[in-house]
Amino acid sequence: MSIAMRDAFGAKLAELGNTHPELVVLDADVSSSTKSAIFGKAFPNRFFNCGVAEANMVDVAAGLATCGYHPVVNAFAIFLALKGTDQIRNVLCYNHLPVVVAGAYGGLSDSFDGASHQSITDIAIMRAMPNMEVIVPADSRQAEQALEYALAQSGPVYIRLNRNAMPELPESPDFAQRKVITLRTGTCVTIAANGITTSMAMKAAETLAAEGIDAEVLTIPFVKPLDGAGLAASVRKTGKLLTIEEHTVVGGFGSACTEALAREQLSYRYDAVGIEDCFTETGAYDALLAAYGLSADAIAQRVRNLCR
Amino acid sequence: MELDTLVQSLLDKKRNSPLSARELAVLAAAFRLTMFDVLHDRGTGHWGGASSAAELTTALYFNRMQVNPNDPHWDDRDRFILSKGHASMNLYTILANRGYFPVEDLPGFRKLGSHLQGHPSMKKTPGVDMSTGALGHGLSIGVGMALAARLSGKKFWTYVLSGEGCLNEGQTWEAMMMGAKYRPERLVMMIDFNKVQLDGTMNDIMPLDSLVDKFKAFGWNVAPRAFNGHDTQDILESFTWMDSDGAWPKAVVYDTIKGKGVSFMEGKSAWHGAPIDDKSFAEGRPQLVADLERKEAAL
Repeated sequence: MSIAMRDAFGAKLAELGNTHPELVVLDADVSSSTKSAIFGKAFPNRFFNCGVAEANMVDVAAGLATCGYHPVVNAFAIFLALKGTDQIRNVLCYNHLPVVVAGAYGGLSDSFDGASHQSITDIAIMRAMPNMEVIVPADSRQAEQALEYALAQSGPVYIRLNRNAMPELPESPDFAQRKVITLRTGTCVTIAANGITTSMAMKAAETLAAEGIDAEVLTIPFVKPLDGAGLAASVRKTGKLLTIEEHTVVGGFGSACTEALAREQLSYRYDAVGIEDCFTETGAYDALLAAYGLSADAIAQRVRNLCR
Repeated sequence: MELDTLVQSLLDKKRNSPLSARELAVLAAAFRLTMFDVLHDRGTGHWGGASSAAELTTALYFNRMQVNPNDPHWDDRDRFILSKGHASMNLYTILANRGYFPVEDLPGFRKLGSHLQGHPSMKKTPGVDMSTGALGHGLSIGVGMALAARLSGKKFWTYVLSGEGCLNEGQTWEAMMMGAKYRPERLVMMIDFNKVQLDGTMNDIMPLDSLVDKFKAFGWNVAPRAFNGHDTQDILESFTWMDSDGAWPKAVVYDTIKGKGVSFMEGKSAWHGAPIDDKSFAEGRPQLVADLERKEAAL
């Protein structure tokens, strides 16, 4: 297991504070949870705790961004995406301002706090906004790479983070190329995983290989812009696609994939793993994920059905 | 967009020095007439709130703000955020006459392909420091700009002009709390307090009195009295108060009249955003011309 993604992200923020004098960090009274407090301790003059007021925080960041700073705003993903939507859309995106929107505790990772705190619509919201790039890291290393990438951009980037530790994936040195990352080559079926579901997909692929199902596993951190050509190349080869996301199946990663493939005029068999247009609930994280179909076993079964 | 010789001479004079209260009054009257003409010609836009702020924006851009129209992105410039972005015709008239772009562009207001969008866009119109339109954003953005000035050691001022609509939005009060926490220097919130909203009077829609008490309770340094937002001498006195010692950030309330200058439009919510029809134009324009002539005669 890697260190928890929030710990990795907070430490990376503080590390980049040394080399990026334009980096300023804002938080909405959750800095000890998001771990942006690590930056705040190292650079108190460049850290602003805005209180529980996400909308204001996003626009304060926008004001800083117009004056040469590169702010990173931190809060729980659900509250940034929902309470800061107007500010992210009308100010950050409309004006193409360099602000990193770091949505912590994404997906179901705030598992015990329940549905009010579980972010299952943020990707759909963020990817709908012109000028916005959307990254969902699959492990802690990708979260660090996403932050480095975002700070090199001239416009807004949404990074959807996870609270917890997860299995470490092979390093992806070409992360910043915004391409599909192939973790396992195969011929029978393409499993396109988003975020922390990637490790589940890898485990499912191992199980399936023992059964003679040779799955290709892609991890796709960049939901927007999506590498449609890279995805199409795999699906053209396998003829089958299973998308997996820790998000509602409406409008998120799976939607982005199928929209891209529709324009490629591809014919393929398809299924989607995600939250089935419902609200989730309280529970231990792994058990909660599994209850909503997000486990290696459930994914393997969906692949079997798809290949039947 | 022809301006008379006297007005043109004032614009030329501005290149060298700030204008006096009487000179500002002439310019504001001339600009108000331009706004009226363009809004009538285009049949779209917001007259009421554009008119109520005519003297305020004229005084800022022709007496006070340090800006360079030849270099709209100059790092050290003073910033202005029209949080009540529906008064875009006001800002465009000011910016054009201040030299950011040709006044000949003004008739393109709200036309497809024009850089003069329905609400201000910083990506399209030279001199616009922040895109606005959705109400309530301005003060938060201003807090960010003023904090940036502090971080970078710059001395520029940030002015945010808000109306009742912005004050209806909860975000403005979030920004006030943050302003009081960090107390950024040279941040001023100016209220164009015309007391009329889109659907009716402020008291019918959402009573805001007492604004001064509210701002004080939120920890801001509020001007001790409301200033007359149509009296350029009084506006200059408010600028003197801004320059006086005292805690940051500062807030100033200006009493204004929505639709100022056309008697049958003044204080009427119907003229928040209604197109200026030909009959109203024919009846109203002579009043604005007479006001301009009076102010020119008083120079």
